[in-house]
Amino acid sequence: MNAFWIILTGSLVATCCSLLGCYLILRRMAMVGDAISHAVLPGIVIAFLFTGSRDSIPMIIGAGLLGVLTTFLIEFFHRYARVQADASIGITFTWLFAIGIILISVFAGQVDLDQDCVLYGEIAYVPLDLWLTDSGLSFGPRTIWTLGFVTLLIIGFILVGYKELFLTAFDPGYAAVIGISTTLWYYLLMTAVSLTTVASFESVGAILVVAFLVGPPATAYLLTDNFKTMLVLSVAIGVVAAIVGYYLAYWLDGSIAGAIATITGLQFGLAFLFSPLHGLLFKNKKAIPV
Amino acid sequence: MILQVDNPVVEVHDLTVSYDRKPVLWGVDLTLPAGSLVGVIGPNGAGKSTLIKAIMDLLPASSGYVRIFDEPIKQVRNRISYVPQRESVDWDFPASVFDVVLMGRYGKLGLFNRPRKADRDAAMQALEKVGMQAFADRQISQLSGGQQQRVFLARALAQNADIYFMDEPFAGVDIATETAIIELLRTMRAQGKTVIVVHHDLQSASEYFDWVVLLNMRLVASGPTEQVLTQEMLEQTYGGKLTVLSKVGDLLRKQEFPARER
Repeated sequence: MNAFWIILTGSLVATCCSLLGCYLILRRMAMVGDAISHAVLPGIVIAFLFTGSRDSIPMIIGAGLLGVLTTFLIEFFHRYARVQADASIGITFTWLFAIGIILISVFAGQVDLDQDCVLYGEIAYVPLDLWLTDSGLSFGPRTIWTLGFVTLLIIGFILVGYKELFLTAFDPGYAAVIGISTTLWYYLLMTAVSLTTVASFESVGAILVVAFLVGPPATAYLLTDNFKTMLVLSVAIGVVAAIVGYYLAYWLDGSIAGAIATITGLQFGLAFLFSPLHGLLFKNKKAIPV
Repeated sequence: MILQVDNPVVEVHDLTVSYDRKPVLWGVDLTLPAGSLVGVIGPNGAGKSTLIKAIMDLLPASSGYVRIFDEPIKQVRNRISYVPQRESVDWDFPASVFDVVLMGRYGKLGLFNRPRKADRDAAMQALEKVGMQAFADRQISQLSGGQQQRVFLARALAQNADIYFMDEPFAGVDIATETAIIELLRTMRAQGKTVIVVHHDLQSASEYFDWVVLLNMRLVASGPTEQVLTQEMLEQTYGGKLTVLSKVGDLLRKQEFPARER
């Protein structure tokens, strides 16, 4: 049963991250996802200090605000301080993450979080943190409920905003002319990324979030030329990584999050070599029709 | 030579646009007549694209205002279409030709609606108009420059707008596409649509457009083609360097170098 809960957690995180990651890589913003996944840390700690509990809702609000602040700061530094976009990303998230680390170390006694947990997560402990009613009835691990809810929210968001997200990613100028607000959809997407990050944070850690945000979408991008297929395929790739990664870790007796991230890298390597569309081994054989 | 018209479709008042506090377009004041094919012409860096982007409110204006169909732009968004420069998007995006053309219908659909059969039919008709119906399922990365331009044009046509802004639609396309596009623009004009085209080829300009806007950071001229495209006006626009340019052009033609890309 424990294996089931751990794999389910990994799969839920993979689903949210892979879906949003598709939009991020097509907008050439994969590193913004990376930045958000780190920069939400001070938001989580501050929310914890205010409420004194590890309840999900204040944390999600705190992290959501920090995520939007991060994207805003990245834009702001890029546009007004006129540094390059990547430099702007680098300065923003390291700085915010560092503030989070300081907050944790200063309030170490009160904060039920540590740096290791933030970076690597503790997916192996997911089955231990059960949601029990007063009468002792168990609904299964708490994380599954939070993540399940967030996953539904993300899927709903993409179903409702499919064409707007598609168009603003492909051609923002045209979108603006026909009256679809690029700024609104940009911030909605970033809020969704923050939400996913914070929900996944405790269980899988920042590194696995980044791996899922970029790895499966990049692999799917190599395998298909159709955007809808890319969304579905990247989810499937992410879920496979969660399952295979778990058994790899079990076999090696090592870190589960680490093993899953390794598998996403392997998948990308395989797609890079063997993809029928863009794979290295097939590239010379395919003539592009005119 | 700045001619103002009565009942204009586009009305630009004292428009100044700056990048990084440096004005790139100064005090443009013009009106455009309905149902015309308008060419926006000027040297590189003259602010041609900036002008149409500022008119469509894609760039913030430092001063001045724009009215289209005598309304602020926000009220008439669904009557406006735009054909951006081809290079402005990533053609490796996982989308088919049909996906891109269908985007032309998104503005009318609103948030919760998916494209219906009527929208698909409109997109397919637009593809037929540009002669690309056979390419509907083709991945966009496999298109030539001219085909990409036709796809963008089809997307704008699918929108069925009343006024079209086009940014360099003739740049880097083959001669067959150029002829097809200009034919299409003339049909649109015959249907009473207004088309505003950023253009850089002076030779074809007099043949293509019936109203010309000459621009070089300031508005040099705006009026009917035959009154505006004169040696004097062009020298004002191109700063007297035109003679050098035309000599180079003559030289190239004599030696039969292809002056056009591809």
